[in-house]
Amino acid sequence: MNEIPGDLKFLKSHEWARMEDSGRITIGISEHAQGLLGDLVYVELPSVGDTVKQGNACAVVESVKAASDVYSPVSGTVVAVNDALSDKPETINEDAYGEGWIFAVKPDDAAELDEMMDPDDYATMIEDEDH
Amino acid sequence: MPFIPHTEADVASMLAAIGVNSIEDLFDEIPESLKIHALAGVPAGLSEMDTNRLLRERAAQDAIELNFAGAGAYEHHIPAAVWQIVGRGEFYSAYTPYQAEASQGTLQLIYEYQTMMTRLTGMDVSNASMYDGATALAEAVLMAERSRKKSAQRVLIPTSVHPAYRKTVHTIVASQDIEIVELDCPDGFLDPATLDKIYRESGEGEFSALVIPQPNFFGALEEVDALTDWAHARGALAIAVVNPVSLAVLKAPGAWGSTGRGADIVCGDGQPLGVPLASGGPYFGFLCCKKDLVRNMPGRIVGRTTDLDGRMGYALTLQAREQHIRRAKATSNICTNQGLLVTAATIHMALLGPEGLRRVAAASVANTQALTERLLRIPGVRAAFPGRTHFHEQAFVLPKPATEVIEKLAGQRMLAGFALGEDYASLDGDALLVCATETKSAADIERFAAAISAAVA
Repeated sequence: MNEIPGDLKFLKSHEWARMEDSGRITIGISEHAQGLLGDLVYVELPSVGDTVKQGNACAVVESVKAASDVYSPVSGTVVAVNDALSDKPETINEDAYGEGWIFAVKPDDAAELDEMMDPDDYATMIEDEDH
Repeated sequence: MPFIPHTEADVASMLAAIGVNSIEDLFDEIPESLKIHALAGVPAGLSEMDTNRLLRERAAQDAIELNFAGAGAYEHHIPAAVWQIVGRGEFYSAYTPYQAEASQGTLQLIYEYQTMMTRLTGMDVSNASMYDGATALAEAVLMAERSRKKSAQRVLIPTSVHPAYRKTVHTIVASQDIEIVELDCPDGFLDPATLDKIYRESGEGEFSALVIPQPNFFGALEEVDALTDWAHARGALAIAVVNPVSLAVLKAPGAWGSTGRGADIVCGDGQPLGVPLASGGPYFGFLCCKKDLVRNMPGRIVGRTTDLDGRMGYALTLQAREQHIRRAKATSNICTNQGLLVTAATIHMALLGPEGLRRVAAASVANTQALTERLLRIPGVRAAFPGRTHFHEQAFVLPKPATEVIEKLAGQRMLAGFALGEDYASLDGDALLVCATETKSAADIERFAAAISAAVA
């Protein structure tokens, strides 16, 4: 199992979220999720300025064998999207927790992050899934 | 591929396994009022001999010697080789076999079809076809909505679009919270000069797409460049609905407008490309688009690739849009194509070539012009939309009700055209839509005009 950075929070549906110093929240999919999907071929990004709701699908990651929605863990406004993924979706396979981030949200209520899992709980969850 | 139907014992054991008494019980969630138990004119079951007799009788009723009706389905000469080749065992199947390891010939044919359609329409991508032109337009509308992601879901459709297409679009999209705004066309085309005013009167607001027919249902040419620019200037997509044969002589939708962007989605009915009229179907629809919209496109797409040994091969591609992968979030419930008819269209286009298709289109235009001149010499007959340029179809106002004239000519084994009154109240009951393709001779036109002349006298 790869090391999960300690500053991340997780959803059951395998999204991660990181609170940045600027107060915005960066969102991506987990190392485990990219492994399940396989080689990514396309990422459908939201637009900067879009309003997102907690639990709503706002991006799509597509691999050669599947396509999955990416859910926003918090409500708010999209303030940045990772345009580099348009040309290099495989960045998510290579660096899911870093260069492979998908979009960033300015949250309406940052406390929604507390509803997410800690890295240890998430690691336990995916281990249970594997068994 | 053998097809083995279930025996009664199979059916009984499957029903027992899921605890259901009868096959009818599987459909009990459908309200009784919506079920049609017997179809008018379709007997419950007949022997082969009785079926032959019935179909011979029905076919005899259809024996029209001279057809001047178009209205969405067009009589063209189909080279004998087309259906001779389609009937070969390698192609002749009601189901399209897609598995790459067993169907390279079929997949290559669909790939060639897609290439031909993209060249004809000036688009980047074509899918492997849809059911018909009307459902293709409905899918184009859904595509536009998905790609625009606007809060207000609205699409503008002029009434110069085929009435059956508009009804189909309404049926398919109305329950998906998409508002269809119909733009009235009293002069037989969507006038860009009055478009702003019509749009204001229809409530303005954001919209996802403008549908532009070319030629339109009246056979008239729309001002496609101005309409495309108008839609793009308002942040909307331009959806073209075209007759594929007309594209041999008209500007490709990919070049519409003044910005070089062109229409965004192109659809229509493929019937004029080698598919017989056959009393109304089956036909096939085509759907093409710009590359940036491909992931919103429904249906199958065949791509060219290389195998492990570097040899060229064909396979379905971009399947993550489709139901078997995307489930409820697929771009469409349609996961197939009209394989046999696309086979005919591909062979038809290959035999005619660009020059042959141009000659078909040009001869159809010339015949319709000759027919128009001749009909306008009949006292009391006038053009419904004078001054417009027409492709191979035109509407005429007669001094007698159109349905009456159609009935009179039917007695002489002639199909006079399509009566517009029922779909277009402003045209009264006297407007007749008439089409002359390359299949009509000067003598045919003269015989038809004489019959019309007598019928309206």
